[in-house]
Amino acid sequence: METELRIGVFVCHCGINIAGVLDIEDLCEYAGTLPNVVTVQPNLFTCAETGTSGIKNAVKEHDLNRVVVAACTPRTHEPIFRASCQEAGINPYFFEMVNIREHCSWVHRHDREAAQGKARDLIRMAVARAMFLEPIETFKSKVEPRALVIGAGIAGMSSALALAGEGFDVTLLEKKAEMGGLLRDLHKVAPSEVGAGELVEQKVAAIKQEGRIQCFTSATLEEVSGYVGNYSATFSSNGNTHTHKVGAIIVATGGAPLKPMGLYNYDGKRVITQSELETKLKSGKLDAKSIVMIQCVGARIPERNYCSRICCMVAIKNSLHIKEIAKDAKVFVLYRDIQAYGVENEALFLKAKEAGVRFIRYNLESPPVVGDGNVEIYHPAMGKEVPLPAELVVLSTPIVAHDDAESVSRILKVPVNEYRFFLEAHAKLSPLDFATNGIYLCGNAHYPATVREAISQALGAASRASIILSHDAIERVGTVARVDQELCSSCFACVKVCPYQVPHMDEGGKAMIEPMQCQGCGICVAECPAEAIQFGYVSDAQIMAACEALCA
Amino acid sequence: MSRDVLVIGGGIAGIQASLDLAEQGFTVYLVERLPSIGGKMAQLDKTFPTNDCSICIMGPKLFEVERHPNTQLLTYTDVEAVKGGAGNFTVTVRKKARYVDEAKCTACGLCAEKCPVSVPDVFNMNMDTRSAIYKYFPQGIPSVYTIDDSVCRIFKGKKCNICAKICEAKAVNYEQKDAVFDLNVGAIIVATGFDVFDPSDIKPYGYGTIPDVITAMEFERLLNASGPTGGHLERLSSLNTKAEIEQLEKQIKHAKAGLKRAEKNGQNSDKVDEVKKRLAEMNESLDGLKAKEASLAELRDIAFVQCVGSRDLRYNAHCCSYGCMHSVKEAVVATEHESELKSTIFFTDMRAYGKEFHEYCLRGGSEYGIHFVRGRVAEIAQGDGGRPVVWCEDMDTRKVEQHPFDLVVLATACVPSQGSASLATMLGFNLDESGFVKTDPNKPVDTSVQGIFVCGCAQGPMDIPSSVSLASAAASMAVQTVKALG
Repeated sequence: METELRIGVFVCHCGINIAGVLDIEDLCEYAGTLPNVVTVQPNLFTCAETGTSGIKNAVKEHDLNRVVVAACTPRTHEPIFRASCQEAGINPYFFEMVNIREHCSWVHRHDREAAQGKARDLIRMAVARAMFLEPIETFKSKVEPRALVIGAGIAGMSSALALAGEGFDVTLLEKKAEMGGLLRDLHKVAPSEVGAGELVEQKVAAIKQEGRIQCFTSATLEEVSGYVGNYSATFSSNGNTHTHKVGAIIVATGGAPLKPMGLYNYDGKRVITQSELETKLKSGKLDAKSIVMIQCVGARIPERNYCSRICCMVAIKNSLHIKEIAKDAKVFVLYRDIQAYGVENEALFLKAKEAGVRFIRYNLESPPVVGDGNVEIYHPAMGKEVPLPAELVVLSTPIVAHDDAESVSRILKVPVNEYRFFLEAHAKLSPLDFATNGIYLCGNAHYPATVREAISQALGAASRASIILSHDAIERVGTVARVDQELCSSCFACVKVCPYQVPHMDEGGKAMIEPMQCQGCGICVAECPAEAIQFGYVSDAQIMAACEALCA
Repeated sequence: MSRDVLVIGGGIAGIQASLDLAEQGFTVYLVERLPSIGGKMAQLDKTFPTNDCSICIMGPKLFEVERHPNTQLLTYTDVEAVKGGAGNFTVTVRKKARYVDEAKCTACGLCAEKCPVSVPDVFNMNMDTRSAIYKYFPQGIPSVYTIDDSVCRIFKGKKCNICAKICEAKAVNYEQKDAVFDLNVGAIIVATGFDVFDPSDIKPYGYGTIPDVITAMEFERLLNASGPTGGHLERLSSLNTKAEIEQLEKQIKHAKAGLKRAEKNGQNSDKVDEVKKRLAEMNESLDGLKAKEASLAELRDIAFVQCVGSRDLRYNAHCCSYGCMHSVKEAVVATEHESELKSTIFFTDMRAYGKEFHEYCLRGGSEYGIHFVRGRVAEIAQGDGGRPVVWCEDMDTRKVEQHPFDLVVLATACVPSQGSASLATMLGFNLDESGFVKTDPNKPVDTSVQGIFVCGCAQGPMDIPSSVSLASAAASMAVQTVKALG
């Protein structure tokens, strides 16, 4: 423990942003009266070069061991001042920042007196808290430069190849006996018109040639332990059990088209699914001359209220392929909204219309009725029911999550949504990340995706994983929760509340929090009834000191 | 040979690609032609389907990319020439003079406050004004001011230098010159984004002639707290009327002073009477304007018109990908501003194909009372009191109907950004039939030139998460390229 506390306070004018409302001279004078404050300095702009070098010089000159800056928001400027502390030779967490701009001069500009009082209070609290600051160190953990990719469909294979291309080793798991996923049984991929099987074979050949990728087929993931950069994954494959050390994990477990049992007289013969149609197209066994396709079968209905994104384009693609084989074939697509977004899809939709494919809209309230040899549909433009000839009825069913999504979710401790699609960290800005650092996702496991989209996401997920894998070690700051096991009453409160499922009970029945895994949210600290969990940089002593200073 | 990467375009796609590369230890040059990075996403108020505040979720990314030790931000910079190939490109860039020293400026804003020039603010879709020395938007990065030399008095040969005099950091430098220099990089990522289609070409929609027919991006700014109305939902005609009132009040004040002077000086009564008469006329028209303003204060009915310039062979054959969700979001957010508001969306197909999108639309109908009408709008006419009237055939009822609205928002098409064709020529890659960068569907970020990759809306219309995914994908391809060749 240090013998003497020597605190320096730096008060910023921020041009007129702060000084235009607050009396800086008064604040400096006031700060000088606070306990343990040995120097107070005003700055026109503390963040400018003169300001930061001023902090460094003052630390040396006055032998400071705590720094308090009263200026703007820590969101933008805290790292700058922390760096100044570090450069001056004191622990960067012996630093406290007070926001007298956003919290005082900006919001209370019409009440200068109150703003001044509040600024004084905030500075007093910060100085009080600074006395209880503790040094916080960073710690390092080695990174295993190998990735685990779960699922060897088009997404998983593309991810594995990208990671290998970036120079990392890959363990690729496929639950089926062969790689390829959904594409293996499909006909052609739109709009490139490349055979789906051909595309799969290209990727499989590339993987087999790539020395960095080890693929395990008929594989099941059994257990994953560890944390970012340092996971241990146990899986079985063809009767053998393996354990691989990996630094990052990509979930590419895919999805499957819904089997429309009990819908529209589905029988797999005269009423089939789009995938079954593709099998027929692939083998050249399609002889029907009148085909009716029905969209949104089992999708956008109360029990499965999502749009499966790709089925409209699948129907459009297949109707064009039918027209290619038999120009005179009658093809009707009964739809609710055609999802032909973007440039390519809309162009293909237009092409289908030009090729003579008929698109008829229906409402959920008056769905088509599949009869013998025809389909009855209410035609909105004609304003009446019309029978459409249908030797073959093709149902467009949504992609649904695989049954094993839940077990993968449980093993990796990552969430799925109500339809069991994996849930990304942020819908907008982190579409390929999980909230847990080190695990990423792509393809149908996330949400139905076209081949183009699945490959894009796969490459993207590989890039996200490479960020971890490209480092020899990961550095973490110790602003995390720590358990005092002496105080722990084994109540499991922390285990229950942690959104990242980090706390667990050790062999002695006491809570354990692995600092590398802790995301520093602090929820467990607040919940722990025994006050056994403390948080680095926000300790009870610090909070109490600040509160007492406020009420003093 | 170089293992560095150039990213062209500092919108969300370019930022994400830069961050992915920098985090993997590669040096990145991020070039942006505007004074600040942020792109179109920075202009949005909220984002679907989570209603997150756009700049709030983007802000940290802006800081992160600026602060990262492996990135070099080159804002207000144009790419002028490119030589060489994958693994070894030489790129000539021009960093335009800001006339403000980036290292010294602390963005205190005093200069802009005192600058006597006032010009339309492009960031706020010209619905507000800014000064000649300005920050592109409040949260813009780098956080420095820029002098627009096309309007600054100094550059027009007039006497000024208020900003230089008032700047306490001594950052203003009228002598600053453009800097032209070369960058040597192993790979290039094109993230030049898109432009919003200008609907004034579609005469029947009255954009530009009917004041309360506006674009979706203009509506975003009207909803935004840092927009021209401070986030108070108002129609453009009301804003215009307010400006007229302000102008007239100034004139009246002036005339009154003149009258006082004339009476005091004992000028002849004819002249005094004339001024009195003019003053009375002005007061009368002021009353008229105030009455008009009062009548415009209430905003109750908003229409959203989909596929404006999209899915229309006369303009753009393609679908803008995000327009349906964008309008539903704007309707939802507008209702959160003003609970009595009624929104009607005239759509072709409701394209809500992403995760949680369909559910969001359903909520829009059930919780926010959005009225969905299937049908393409034929014409927007001007009705009583200048109100826009939407003519449309409802495809469900098969009836042609007309509805008056207080405000009509056009969901305008997503078109290739202005400079994309010349950039394509300079870099040598191909464009598709709509003018976006052409890619092979099975190699989604590869352009036709080895070592040059594309992401975000430069590749085609797409939403934010798709742009972000593609940005990471482009980063992966760039890494593979520089590791193999750089």
